[in-house]
Amino acid sequence: MLEFFPFKKTIPFMSWGKTTTFISLVTFLFSVWALWDRGLNLGVDFTGGTLIEVRTEQTADLNRIRSTLEKTGLPEISVQNFGSSRDVLIRLPAQAGASAAQTSNTVMAALQADDPKITLQKVDFVGPAVGKELYDSGALALLVVAIGIMLYLAIRFEWRFAVAGMIANMHDIVIILGVFAFFQWEFTLTVLAGVLAILGYSVNESVVVFDRIRENIRKMRGATIPHIIDNAITRTMSRTIITHGSTQIMVLSMLFFGGEALHNFALALTIGIMFGIYSSVLVASPLLLMLGVKREHFIKPVEKKEEAVV
Amino acid sequence: MNRYPLWKYILIGITLVVAFLYTLPNFFGEVPAVQASPARATEQADTALLGRAETALKAAGLAYSGLELTGNSIKVRLASTDEQIKAKDVLQTALGDGYTVALNLVSASPRWLTSIGSLPMYLGLDLRGGVHFLLEVDMKAALDKAAIRYQGDFRTELRGAKIRYGRITREGEAVVVHFATRDQRDAAIEKLAGTFPDLTYTPADQADGFSLTARLKPEAIKQVETFALQQNITTLRNRVNELGVAEPVIQQQGANRVVVQLPGVQDTAKAKDILGRTATLEIRMVDEQADPTLVSQGQAPFGDDIVPSREGFPIAVKKDVMLTGDSITDASPGFDSTSGQAAVHINLDGKGARIFKEVTRENVGKRMAILLIEKGRAEAITAPVIREEIGGGRVQITGMANAQEASDVALLLRAGALAAPMSIIEERTVGPSMGAENIEKGFHSNIWGFVAVVAFMTIYYRIFGMFSSLALAINGFFLIALLSMIQATLTLPGMAAIALTLGMAIDANVLINERIREELRNGATPQAAIHAGYDRAWGTILDSNLTTLIAGVALFWLGSGPVRGFAVVLCLGILTSMFSAVTVSRAMVNLTYGRKARLSKVSI
Repeated sequence: MLEFFPFKKTIPFMSWGKTTTFISLVTFLFSVWALWDRGLNLGVDFTGGTLIEVRTEQTADLNRIRSTLEKTGLPEISVQNFGSSRDVLIRLPAQAGASAAQTSNTVMAALQADDPKITLQKVDFVGPAVGKELYDSGALALLVVAIGIMLYLAIRFEWRFAVAGMIANMHDIVIILGVFAFFQWEFTLTVLAGVLAILGYSVNESVVVFDRIRENIRKMRGATIPHIIDNAITRTMSRTIITHGSTQIMVLSMLFFGGEALHNFALALTIGIMFGIYSSVLVASPLLLMLGVKREHFIKPVEKKEEAVV
Repeated sequence: MNRYPLWKYILIGITLVVAFLYTLPNFFGEVPAVQASPARATEQADTALLGRAETALKAAGLAYSGLELTGNSIKVRLASTDEQIKAKDVLQTALGDGYTVALNLVSASPRWLTSIGSLPMYLGLDLRGGVHFLLEVDMKAALDKAAIRYQGDFRTELRGAKIRYGRITREGEAVVVHFATRDQRDAAIEKLAGTFPDLTYTPADQADGFSLTARLKPEAIKQVETFALQQNITTLRNRVNELGVAEPVIQQQGANRVVVQLPGVQDTAKAKDILGRTATLEIRMVDEQADPTLVSQGQAPFGDDIVPSREGFPIAVKKDVMLTGDSITDASPGFDSTSGQAAVHINLDGKGARIFKEVTRENVGKRMAILLIEKGRAEAITAPVIREEIGGGRVQITGMANAQEASDVALLLRAGALAAPMSIIEERTVGPSMGAENIEKGFHSNIWGFVAVVAFMTIYYRIFGMFSSLALAINGFFLIALLSMIQATLTLPGMAAIALTLGMAIDANVLINERIREELRNGATPQAAIHAGYDRAWGTILDSNLTTLIAGVALFWLGSGPVRGFAVVLCLGILTSMFSAVTVSRAMVNLTYGRKARLSKVSI
């Protein structure tokens, strides 16, 4: 039998509480600082504006493209390579007025006048009002998911579990956002979808550990709560690593083969998965301890169940 | 204990067969085709059209592999893209302007598959290339236009009732009429309220006189807005037909927005021009003196234009424009109250009504023509004979062949121009090569990730790992089958969601396998361990999948476009994974180990 984690003894995770809380606090504060100081680099989905991807036949001459576009008189054009040396990304900020939708036509006409071999790959034009709506509904989605999951945990387990699970997961989300802010990676609608999926996914991890804790509370009579939690984490460790490993394999495959369109999405998922493991094991469980979870919270249904079995 | 009753195996077998059948069309790829459909929404494609297409193609010597009538269009399958373009030209010439002929791709799957409703997944614009526009109708302009119309109507009405009035001004969406005396104003309110019940009238006494402010009632505002949106959608539909797009989507979104999706359109600049174009209506007199033989040869007498009627024969009309479409406030199909014949009722605004009265008085017995001018090309929608002088701005055109024609003409009169200006507030364009690249990238992400996971699972859990991998592959099948069945739109984020759900689906099997190992470690017999493993893991699997489902549902509810595509696949993937990872993998385990009474060892 091939085993990566042949733990015979229970690992004393809970005794590392101070260290892990410190690490969490530092990364959390760092993320909050990055978000506050640098802010998210929001994509056109949220800010409004025009994003045009073109492909040239030979290596793109960015300076020439820039000077061609300057002649159109459009303000604040940014031109950069992305993906390959032939792919060029042109960004224009949101403009007021009805002519905004014509921007991409103007840009393409200018570029093709200069080099007829340039082909249009993609245009994203988002009006400022639409951008704001997408931003609002994105924020609302985040809130709805958080509340929904908390309610579910509260019904399925107990409110302490819900609070601990949610704090652990919000901590993951803040860190993903913080890293995106720190590196100024573009935050798009797709990345947001990834973040929300991670929120649901990473709660899985807490659920699995919580399930075990509940089971242990019923089974391991006489054991202390920290020991019960340690045992639950140790028993599920192997599953945790393998499951996240598999998901990470798929995500890495997306990162390598999915191209630019899925790049940031895969990055968000990668950070989410990494911190998902860490937070559900080393953030949610100590929090549970801090919130004062007790055997009595679960003892009643256990007695009934045992009677039924006997 | 590890045995399934027979019905369970049969059930799993049936789901597998169904899933396979519905996944199948996705592997056949697509063949080039030409699609022809009537340009007017009111007409139907029929077998006669099929016959005409067949004759035309045969005459041109073009070989085709299939000719079928589907929905409201006919499709011709062709061997190559070269022949596709030739066929398009042949059909367009043979069928004429009344039909939209477009290039398309149709599934190459055999007919029996299509006949059981098994179709390939519906690809989103980011995968097939095309344009997505979100247009917003300027409702304020629609309401302003209504107020301007009432301004004129009030003038005509008050003059007709011989009530003296001062200035008539417009303040935003309200119309204000000034009077010298209170009696005049009160008389005016009574008269106007009778004629225009959609408005509220608020009198006001000012230092320099008396006034009344008329505003649209809230329900009337709503009506104006609904009407403007409907009319704009109709106009857009007519214009999109001209673009020759195979499967356009034109949908209302919210109270004042329209989504237009044009798959496969490459010339976005042209698409934008056509969508934003303004068409005009003109009413002109028909030149009765024109020589019919010259007219039929297309030679216009001096001072005339030759325009085709809807039936295709030419009519000579005077160059002088009597009225423009701006004067037409509404057009609706109906019946003549005396003869019961189908008719179209047209309402004109105040100015239009005055001109119309004058012209009709002078031209009783002659014909006038209503022209729709688009792209510089005019077409006579209808050319009725003036029977008598028409005052009051309410015009009835009879002589329609049937109710259908009346509603067609009314639609054209209404839809010729936009009811209110529209602006593009969102555009997503993906070039066709990029669409193909996205499919390839999405596919590669899935396949390599899947291979790596399978390799790992097989090494780590051996036989049970193979079961898990097989269950994972079946999950993929289920997911694709389900997406094909409900014809949900697959986008690039959707493909990412397939990869993600495959990665997450393995979690259920890992949970089960780990549990079995643990039971074995605790000294359980293999049979008992398998049983306990599946049993105990189920609760956890349910819990952990439900939380992701909550996220998926919220994303679907609040997301738009690509995010929705992601959410749909995520939710479906979770559902299929629960079935495949638990029931299907269990069936495999049961089939392999369940019958062995004295099982001493399992490969896990």
